[in-house]
Order: sequence, then C-alpha cells, then structure tokens
Amino acid sequence: MEAVKQGAATVGLKSKTHAILVALKRAPSELSAHQKKITAIDKHVGMSIAGLTADARLLSKFMRTECLNSRYAYDQPLPISRLVNMIGSKSQIPTQRYGRRPFGVGLLLAGYDTAGPHIYQTCPSANYFDCKAMAIGARSQSARTYLEKHLDKFSNCGLEELIKHGLRALRDTLPTETDLNTKNCSMGIVSKDMDFTIYADNDIAQYLQLIEGEERSSRPGRREGAEGMEQDAAGDDQPPAAAPDPQVGGPDVQPMDQ
Amino acid sequence: MSLQMEQHEYGTPMQRYWSPYAMNGGTGLAVSGADFAIVASDSRLSEGFSIHSRDAPKTYQLTDTTVLSCAGFHGDILALTKYLEARLQMYEHEHNKKMSTSAIAAMLSTILYYKRFFPYYVYNIIGGIDDEGKGCIYSFDPVGSYERETYRAGGSAGSILQPLLDNQIGFKNQQGVVKTPLTLQKAVQLVKDVFISAAERDIYTGDSLVIRIITKDGVKTETFPLRRD
Amino acid sequence: MEGIMEQPFWANGPKPGSFYDFHAGHSSKTTTVMPVKHTQYPMVTGSSVIGIQFDGGVMIAADKLGSYGSLARYRNCSRILKVNNTTIMGAGGDYADFQFLRDIVEQRVIDEECLDDGFNYTPRSLFSWLTRVLYNRRSRFNPLWNTVLVGGLQDGEPFLGYVDKIGTAYQSPTAASGFGAYIALPMLREAYERNDKMSEDEAKTLLESCLRVLYYRDCRAWNKYDIAIVTHDGSRLEESKTLSTDWSTADMVSGYE
Repeated sequence: MEAVKQGAATVGLKSKTHAILVALKRAPSELSAHQKKITAIDKHVGMSIAGLTADARLLSKFMRTECLNSRYAYDQPLPISRLVNMIGSKSQIPTQRYGRRPFGVGLLLAGYDTAGPHIYQTCPSANYFDCKAMAIGARSQSARTYLEKHLDKFSNCGLEELIKHGLRALRDTLPTETDLNTKNCSMGIVSKDMDFTIYADNDIAQYLQLIEGEERSSRPGRREGAEGMEQDAAGDDQPPAAAPDPQVGGPDVQPMDQ
Repeated sequence: MSLQMEQHEYGTPMQRYWSPYAMNGGTGLAVSGADFAIVASDSRLSEGFSIHSRDAPKTYQLTDTTVLSCAGFHGDILALTKYLEARLQMYEHEHNKKMSTSAIAAMLSTILYYKRFFPYYVYNIIGGIDDEGKGCIYSFDPVGSYERETYRAGGSAGSILQPLLDNQIGFKNQQGVVKTPLTLQKAVQLVKDVFISAAERDIYTGDSLVIRIITKDGVKTETFPLRRD
Repeated sequence: MEGIMEQPFWANGPKPGSFYDFHAGHSSKTTTVMPVKHTQYPMVTGSSVIGIQFDGGVMIAADKLGSYGSLARYRNCSRILKVNNTTIMGAGGDYADFQFLRDIVEQRVIDEECLDDGFNYTPRSLFSWLTRVLYNRRSRFNPLWNTVLVGGLQDGEPFLGYVDKIGTAYQSPTAASGFGAYIALPMLREAYERNDKMSEDEAKTLLESCLRVLYYRDCRAWNKYDIAIVTHDGSRLEESKTLSTDWSTADMVSGYE
C-alpha cells in the first residue's frame, strides 16, 4: 500500500462516452528522464501506474497477453471487467504466500467495451474497484477531493470538459509552487471510435492550455491559493518528486526490494 | 471439461484416411511502382468443384502501409493471419512503432520456416511501402523462402498471370521496347485485365477482384466484378 | 527385489550389482507404447446441415438421422443446439464428436453465466473459438470429424459461419455442409440472390423444401428434422417435425431395377 502512495499521482475518470487517464510523471533524479506512467494494453484498454514500475511492467505484460489471447480465440476484445478480475486473481496469490510479497503497484485502468467506458482501480492487496473517477499515488487525496466535488458533472460532459476536469484534479496534487507542463504530464484517452491513445510531450500542450491560468482549487490545511494565478511553466525547474509528502514513510513501510 | 489433448506418443505408424490440407484456391497479385504498391486478390473460396463463398477476399491489411495476400489452404491462412496480427501488436507494444514492410517480410519468413516440416500451405505475397517511400513487394514460398521483387503473381492462377506480367511490366520478350516506368493508373488497369483473363481459364479464380492501392497516405480499396461461373 | 533395485544408478547407468555398460548412447529400456487412437474415420454420422440468413435473423436446420455407415441406425439424433439467446449451432459428421463438442460448449455457457458480468458468447466469438478448436485438433492429427454451422445475431446483425474438420472457415449468408453443399446450397443461393430480405416464414419454407429434396436424393438423409431460429426476440430450437413427402411418382421411375 505504501508503495502506491509514494508513486506519482494519476487520475482516471469517465463520461458516458469516454474514459481518460491523466498522470504526473516524475524524474527520479536530475540526470534521469521523466518516467513513463501510461501504457497501452490493447486497442481498447490502457493503464496508468503508481508504485513500483517493475511490478507494473510484469502486470502490463500479463494483461497484454490476456488481451491478445482473447482476440486470437474469440475474435473480440477482452471485456474490461474480466481483465481486471484476472489481475485480482493473479495479485491475490502472493498476498498469502510465505516468503513472497504483493505487487507493489496500484493501477488505474481505462477501457471501453460493449458495456461502455470503464475506470478500474487495482491495489496491491488484490482488491479492485469499478470507479466513476479515481486518483491514486502521492497526494492523491487532493485530486479525489476535486473529483468528489465535481462527480455529478462527469457523466454528461464532452471530451474536452472531461480532460479539463482530469487535469485540474491532477494539478491539485501538485505543491502550489509547481504546475503541470508538457514534461511532467501525460494523458490517455479511449472511447468507442477511438483506440487507446497516449498524449505526452508536445501532444499534450493543447490540452494543458485549456486550464492554464485558471485559479487552482484551494486545498484544506493550506494557505488559500493566492499564488495560484498564472503559473509559469518554464519556471518549473523543481521536479515534483522533490516535494515532500506528508503521507510517506510511516514505520510500517513494506520492504520492497526483495 | 477441458479440450486438452493427450501427448503424442511414439508407436507404430498409423494409417490415415484424411488429409490435414485442402486447396481452397484463390489468386494473389502484387505490383510495385515508384511511390505505390498494389496488392490484389480474387474473392472466391472453393474446394474441389464447389464454391464455398463468393465473398472471401484474400488480402489482409497488416499496417497502414503493408498488405498481405494469401492463397492456398484457408484453415492455415486463418491461423497464419491471426498469429501475424498478434505478433504485430506485440511489436507495436515493445517498440512503440508500427512494423516496417521489410521487417514484416523477414518475420513472416521465420514464421513460415518454423513450420518447415508441417508447413502452412499458404502462398504469401506482401506489398507495401519501404523505408525510403518506394513501393515494395516480397514473395514467399510456403516454407519461408522469400525475395524482394517488383511484381509477382501467386496462388492458383499465379502461373497464368506471371508470364503476362513479365511481358507487360518486365518488358520481357519484346523487341525494341521503350521501358517506361509503371504508373499507378496503368498498373490498376493491368491488374484488372490480367484477372479477367485468369478468371476465364482458372476455375478457382473469379467472383470479384479486390484491389488494395498502397501509398504513403494509406490504403485505398477498389472492387471489381469478375465472372461468377 | 523387483522395482526399485532394478533402477539404474543414473540415467543409462549400471543397475545395482552390474557393470557399467555403454549402450552406444542408447537407453536399454524398452517399453511398448500403444499407439494413441485418433479419429481416422467417423462412426455414427449425421448428414447435411443447412443454414440461411433472413431479414432480422438466422436459421439452421438438419435432419435427425444417425447413420452407421450405410445403415440408418438412429432416427432421433438431434444435431442442432441452442447455445444462448443470440446463438445457435448445428453439426454434421461424427455424432460422438458433436456430442463431445456440445458438452463443452454447454459447460462453457454455464461457466460464463456463473460469472454474471453481462457478457455472453456471441455468434462471432463462438465461431472463432470453434475454428481454433477444430484447426488445432487437425494440427494434432486428431480431428473432430464435424462440419459446424454457427448462426445468430452479432450486434443485431445476422451472422452465419461455416467451419469444417480441418479448420476451413468462412462467413456467408447461406451455408450447407456435406451432400447439402451440392443439392441445398444452389437452392439457398438462388432464393437469397432473388430476395436477401426474406421473411422468417419464407426462410423456413425454403429450408423445408431443401430438406425435402435432400430426403428424396440423399441416401443418408431422413424425413424427421430439427430447426433452430434466432431473431431479435431470442433464439429457439423448435420441436422436431416430419416432412410431408410424395412418392407417387416413384412408380414412373423405371430402367434402374
């Protein structure tokens, strides 16, 4: 569980037609590039991660295989609910085996099948949840607060509105002195007529513009965001990873490097 | 209940009263030009003197710039194309890009040779755009031998069409000929003409012709009726 | 002393109390393995299955005869199966193989129902799965000796697929297997090309006339038959019926005695 809380935040939400993921990428060090957060699983489903990337890669490979198998055997995309169920069954096993550790990663899955768009959350505990909207990762409580506040607007809004909500929720996880930019933000969109598509770097600039200059929602326990106006993206030389997270590092942090 | 089959054990040879192969006919053809490639096939699926289907084209679009034509045993064609689709998806996931036509051709060769001693009974021709933007054609035998060419006909009427293409595109056996480069318009007209001829002589070719025209902008599809008897 | 003491110390090594002996790289172990039995020819067989799409649905029909070679052995073998509310299938060829396949399909439908996630087999998914199963069996030289038609409504559109024992598979608005490919298929195609939006009743009359001609001409056919229909209202396997036939012209046939 703690590994998920330490991972950079990611937000998923859906309308009646689209499911989207937005994620905050961070660079572990000055020398490193920003780590990829959103991965395509199949044409109709993609995921974003919070936690151990190595574990996420294993799970993504597993899901890709299952999706390919479904298309090979049944000539149809794997229903998202069944895919997530498989993840649940797979992750449950190491939770009760001696000498093994759970997958140290939480996933948000966005997918589209004949039942419509879906957002699912999976946990290291092998629990999974069918969500209308969800945020996981470091400081994600702020994003969840935003999502809860605007929950009733999502289902009927268009794609652009949905993206704006997603980006605003993600921005709320950032410390007030940083803002989203093309380097630290990526997005994935899926719908009935659109395969899962990832937007990152320059592709996401037009969407970031949509919320640029907006006043950020105030966070409880923090100074009311007077400085939230007109963030200069270029001035953001502080990677968000460096920001301290009050939730991180309790005494019950699990060993993750076996 | 499971469909798990028993392991194959060695023992005395067994007599067999059935063939794991059938010849379902069909003709494929590919022609390349300076900036285009054409892959065409008829849409008849037959077995013996019966026609299973008049609407089963044997061209398969693999990527935005690559089309495969398959003729032979339809069961193997289905298995092979399904497997290819899975491999293409895996490549895209691993490399974050579409597979190039030449890479697909190399991969298809190894896939076919992997079943060297129980081959896919399929005659494959790949048409597409190469890394330099030129049209390219790769032709295969059923066990994976392949080469790049500028035009090739394969399948049940392959041996009828190939000499015609040699003459018309390769300018073979012509005296004092001016070798003009092939235009897209001429190529499409030629493809229609040779298929009309093939449908006259080959009972496994007919019903309709599907022409896939590949340029850097993608694949356009044209259909053309052939005789249905 | 038998048993464990007979085992060599290591692979191809000496047995206890004996000297090491090179077997020219071969194991001295000789075991007789019975050859695995594969279906090389069918036993009890069903003849043709025929199917057609009509306006807003699909139907599949087959007679109920189980032949043992040329002997008309069983006269009440149902070869048509209702899979779920949108899917039906019918099979010709070996009847035991069909029963095996039917048991698996029925079990899989139950398993899927238990998941209760709102997803069911569609005609296309069942057809694709069957194609893989039949193709894989032929690739192991142990075919399921059947020709199967799968019908139903796929996303509201009629679907009819054909797959045979070696994995040749295609979709078509008309399909017929076995002897029906020669006798019924031309009749079905002619009717379909004349009117591809025929009504359910017209389609049913057409299939019945095909079955009647088959009964007259196919020595492995029978006058009792099953018919399954999928429409937007669901699927149903109708009660078995008997064809009305007229043999009065039989007296006129002469010269073959």
